[in-house]
Amino acid sequence: MPVLEAAGLTKHFQARRGLFSGSRGVVRAVDDISFSIESGRTLGVVGESGCGKTTTAKLVLGLEEPTGGSIRFEGRDLQELDPAGRRHYRKSVQAVFQDPFASLSPRMRISDIIAEPLVTNETVTSGEVRRRVLELLDLVGLPERSADLFPHEFSGGQRQRIAIARALALSPKLVVLDEPVSALDVSIRAQILNLLRDLQDRLGLSYLFIAHDLAAVAHMSHTIVVMYLGKIVEVGDAQTLARAPKHPYTAALFSAALPSHPDERREEILLAGEVPSPLNPPSGCRFHPRCPQVMPVCGQQEPALAQVGDRFVACHLYDQARH
Amino acid sequence: MSMSSETIVLPPSVSTRSAASRLGDLPMIPIIILAVIAFMAIFADVLAPHNPEVGALTARFKPPFWQTGGTMDHILGTDQLGRDVLSRLIFGARVSMVVGFTAVIFAGVVGTVLGILAGYLGGWADQVIMRITDAWLALPALTFAIFLAAIVGPSMWNIVIILGLVYWTRYARVVRGEVLSLKEREFVRLAIVAGCSKATIMRRHILPNVVNSAIVLATLMLGVVIVTEASLSFLGVGVPPPKPAWGLMLSDGKQGLMVGYWWLTVLPGCCIMLMVLSANLLGDWLRVKLDPQLRQL
Repeated sequence: MPVLEAAGLTKHFQARRGLFSGSRGVVRAVDDISFSIESGRTLGVVGESGCGKTTTAKLVLGLEEPTGGSIRFEGRDLQELDPAGRRHYRKSVQAVFQDPFASLSPRMRISDIIAEPLVTNETVTSGEVRRRVLELLDLVGLPERSADLFPHEFSGGQRQRIAIARALALSPKLVVLDEPVSALDVSIRAQILNLLRDLQDRLGLSYLFIAHDLAAVAHMSHTIVVMYLGKIVEVGDAQTLARAPKHPYTAALFSAALPSHPDERREEILLAGEVPSPLNPPSGCRFHPRCPQVMPVCGQQEPALAQVGDRFVACHLYDQARH
Repeated sequence: MSMSSETIVLPPSVSTRSAASRLGDLPMIPIIILAVIAFMAIFADVLAPHNPEVGALTARFKPPFWQTGGTMDHILGTDQLGRDVLSRLIFGARVSMVVGFTAVIFAGVVGTVLGILAGYLGGWADQVIMRITDAWLALPALTFAIFLAAIVGPSMWNIVIILGLVYWTRYARVVRGEVLSLKEREFVRLAIVAGCSKATIMRRHILPNVVNSAIVLATLMLGVVIVTEASLSFLGVGVPPPKPAWGLMLSDGKQGLMVGYWWLTVLPGCCIMLMVLSANLLGDWLRVKLDPQLRQL
């Protein structure tokens, strides 16, 4: 059974366009997306900025209320949870955010930061808290002495380890990783990613891994979801999707990433233009104004996410293949 | 485990900076002046040579000792009731200090709490608190204070409450602005994810991060509050006589200015000026010290 299942998840933001015009726009940040995260597995979400990745994370974390659709955790709909179920969900889903310099309260000691989820949700003695903090510090590879220091005494990578320790304090089932390595030096990224994988193996965690770094997502994930302007354009097994993308957008994304070997030759696909405003998305397929393989039908009809071989793709190129 | 091969370097656990180097650039002159005034306020009973509220009518308008007619008994002369000016200045420091500090703290607590509530809760709480603040700020502070003083009547603690009520809005404004940026920070989001209640987040995560700004503002407000207290006393709605307040001394001495009794106005005026100037200099220094944006300058 999947740990977390989203069905038709939608988040629209109201945006006022002018002071006097009165016309109101709707930003379709996340528009009717569905995905599921299996126990002990990683679901990677990729896309350019503004594609709805972070909004998806916020919806899963309960920081935003969805406009439509549902999230089911261990088979139970979040909307229908009683307060006890709600608390259980809060304890089971934790997060690590992008900026390690903003995600630790600057005036709290590391031990208090790591213990906060624990003392907030459970009645524990100070001795138990201390033991758990030291255990967590050891788990993320930091010395015991860190417990009594303040965040400003650590480097970015060390802070991200602290953030991970905090996220693990309640032994959650799912950890939302919203760009956990984007703010780190390249040399530190691999360390943190390996730590995360190592922890997944040891603790059986599920990850919702959000990033725009394709190499990191391909390395970390079991399944990858590619988003464009609030929509899912392609879903599939991480390895096959990265090696043989089917949707033209996925192909362009992965061709823009650096090859793993400098001798590796591949076709480079350059996308023209910018991501259109989600306030006024293009008609039909949202990608059609930038698509190198655009067809007349693309501007008129929105492609549905449908199975193509081993994965799901939302593209008219595969209409024939399906019939 | 893969972690063992990586070297984790932590900073030394004991700060190597000595206390002296951290205090090296303290603004000494304002601190010394404020320390002297505070010392006078605390030990007024011991320091004052005479009773500040009782004078001898036979010894009215004695000039300071260095002028002809002055005596060493009344070093800074006497006033229209024959009361010793030095003793009144020393006891006046107590009034200014007590009123200044308690009013600033009172205003600070009220303003900070309301600012945090407005900023963090948002919505109608924000609307109500900030519209009241706007209306409050539109009133001229001194006129408003005179109006309140006329209603509740003069007494030292009434003045403290009045000054607190007049000046809390400044804190509310500044603190709310800080909270608006703080609440979008990731550590606040993570606190929500960890299950902290709104009250806990405001107390544990927001408050410690706005205290710096509130302290800086309080230091800068100290001067304003002392001047307002002196103004109210000067206008006769402040600390009631015969309690020695510097503003009251100015007011009582002003008729004497034309006939040469300069010490009755110039001396308390200098005291007010020195204290306000010191408070402002200290506040400016603190603002630069504690404000991360200005710290590099």
